[in-house]
Amino acid sequence: MNRIFRFYYDGFRQMTLGRTLWLIIGVKLAIIFLVLKLFFFPNFLKENAGRGNEADYVAKELTERVQK
Amino acid sequence: MLHLLTIDPTAIDWARAQFALTAIYHWLFVPLTLGLGLIMSIMETKYYRTGDAFWRQTAQFWQRLFGINFAMGVATGIILEFEFGTNWSNYSWFVGDIFGAPLAIEGIVAFFMESTFVAVMYFGWEKVSRGFHLASTWLTWLGATISAWWILVANSWMQYPVGCEFNPDTMRNEMTSFLDVALSPFAIDKFCHTVTSAWVIGGVFVVAVSAWYLLKKREAERVMAVKSLRIGAIVGLIAAVLAAITGDESAYKVAEVQPMKLAAMEALYNGGEDQSLTAVAWVNPFQQPDYQNEAEAPLRIAIPNGLSILATRTLHGYVPGVNDLLKGYTREDGTIEPPAQEKMNRGKLAIVALSNYRELCAQEKKADSQELKDQIASSKLQQLAILQENFKYFGYGYIKDEAELVPFIPINFWAFRIMVGLGTLFVLFFAFILFLDWKKKDISSMKWLLLTSIILVPLAYICSESGWLVAEFGRQPWTIQDMLPVGASVSDIGSSAVATTFWLFLALFTALLAVEINIMLKQIKRGLEK
Repeated sequence: MNRIFRFYYDGFRQMTLGRTLWLIIGVKLAIIFLVLKLFFFPNFLKENAGRGNEADYVAKELTERVQK
Repeated sequence: MLHLLTIDPTAIDWARAQFALTAIYHWLFVPLTLGLGLIMSIMETKYYRTGDAFWRQTAQFWQRLFGINFAMGVATGIILEFEFGTNWSNYSWFVGDIFGAPLAIEGIVAFFMESTFVAVMYFGWEKVSRGFHLASTWLTWLGATISAWWILVANSWMQYPVGCEFNPDTMRNEMTSFLDVALSPFAIDKFCHTVTSAWVIGGVFVVAVSAWYLLKKREAERVMAVKSLRIGAIVGLIAAVLAAITGDESAYKVAEVQPMKLAAMEALYNGGEDQSLTAVAWVNPFQQPDYQNEAEAPLRIAIPNGLSILATRTLHGYVPGVNDLLKGYTREDGTIEPPAQEKMNRGKLAIVALSNYRELCAQEKKADSQELKDQIASSKLQQLAILQENFKYFGYGYIKDEAELVPFIPINFWAFRIMVGLGTLFVLFFAFILFLDWKKKDISSMKWLLLTSIILVPLAYICSESGWLVAEFGRQPWTIQDMLPVGASVSDIGSSAVATTFWLFLALFTALLAVEINIMLKQIKRGLEK
């Protein structure tokens, strides 16, 4: 375990370009998960159908888009 | 009498545009990962076999560029999954675990394989044996390629849904055969074509960067550039030829399972036997042609019997055109493809049967006598039988006008020709470079060739994206072929919300792309300097 830890620890410490890339990855993930997912991409069915009622909701949607 | 309820068409357009934008940007990063990954692994294999420090330095240089692209591309595909949940919730529920399983496998494989071996590749040069390091580099590339496999399995299922059965109680398609889904012939063709085309981008990129060093007369990088250019051209030529072969096989499969897509790609309005393959024709890029009244696209130059060979593997094979597909036709084996109107009627029957079935289920729960329950159970079976008999055409029930069944022909027609034209150019280009190399010509003094090499980089991306445009525009109006059109798949959401996130994505992805290009160019300028 110690060797694996040292492997990663030394690897990260010696990074040069990698630091910039990790920073970009971090900012990108933060934007994707903390901004886009939280504020702009709700789970539509969870919000509109509620847990356990998804099948009924989708059935209504799919059958009422062609209405008798 | 049935009336179609309309969903805000602007919302459908924005949701489609947003998905297209995300997928197109995501696809800017993926092919270079697959293509450059292969070439850097070959470079390192040279180092492993020769022990020459030059190859180690060369492999490290290309791995650095690979890392930049890899870092920029990470997680850009996740946004597509957000969009499924928000914009395409009906679709997401309807596809059930068939779509989720390959994506989940992809996520796990990508995370474990790539994160483990990427770390060894970058951190392990002085710490692990040469053999282990080489294996890690190849496994990084293999992990990315396996990820692509599962994504393409999911995409292929949408184009050719197999290995599933619809359950009207859960309103989901349930997997009946994992192997049928995972090893669908459509998926195999798509994977082979997509991955080999990604290798072409890797080849073009390596040749272009090498050409830049030669153009700039950078002495420190000269040997690396000459040797990399050769390897890039060899990989590029093999990949471009393989992409042509697998593309031909893909077109054959499209003819079998998505004949309307093929008709749109070819602007084939009226089909028949002995069909020629259109080389060029005038199809207005901005307007759907009058396929009902025009015999064929104007100024058409075609290869005799080419399309029959492509689509049927026989010289005289029958290929249906747009109008044949709408009016119905008899196949060579005597089976009849029904007209669109009949499919639309049968689709509506299926939808009504589904509605009745679910209503009966609700009544059954409330029934207070055994006699009533038995009656309802019997009616349920009748409705189920109607649903199953017509489910093949379920999605057609949402189509209001048969014109909706025809994809936008100009995009399919031109994107297909751009893809094939550029693909042919790459075969010739790589073959020419290797010919010059074989003749011991000094490529570094041919300024025009070096400049051409650099110009080909954006063209390689245009070629690759054009392939996706053909694949995705060609299957319209379907999200799942014949089963669910976009109008039924989309969530009941307002268009303004989707439009907002569309512009957000455009800004985010453009920024990412600008950052990637900036860092990439800086690193290329640095060259082999530590």
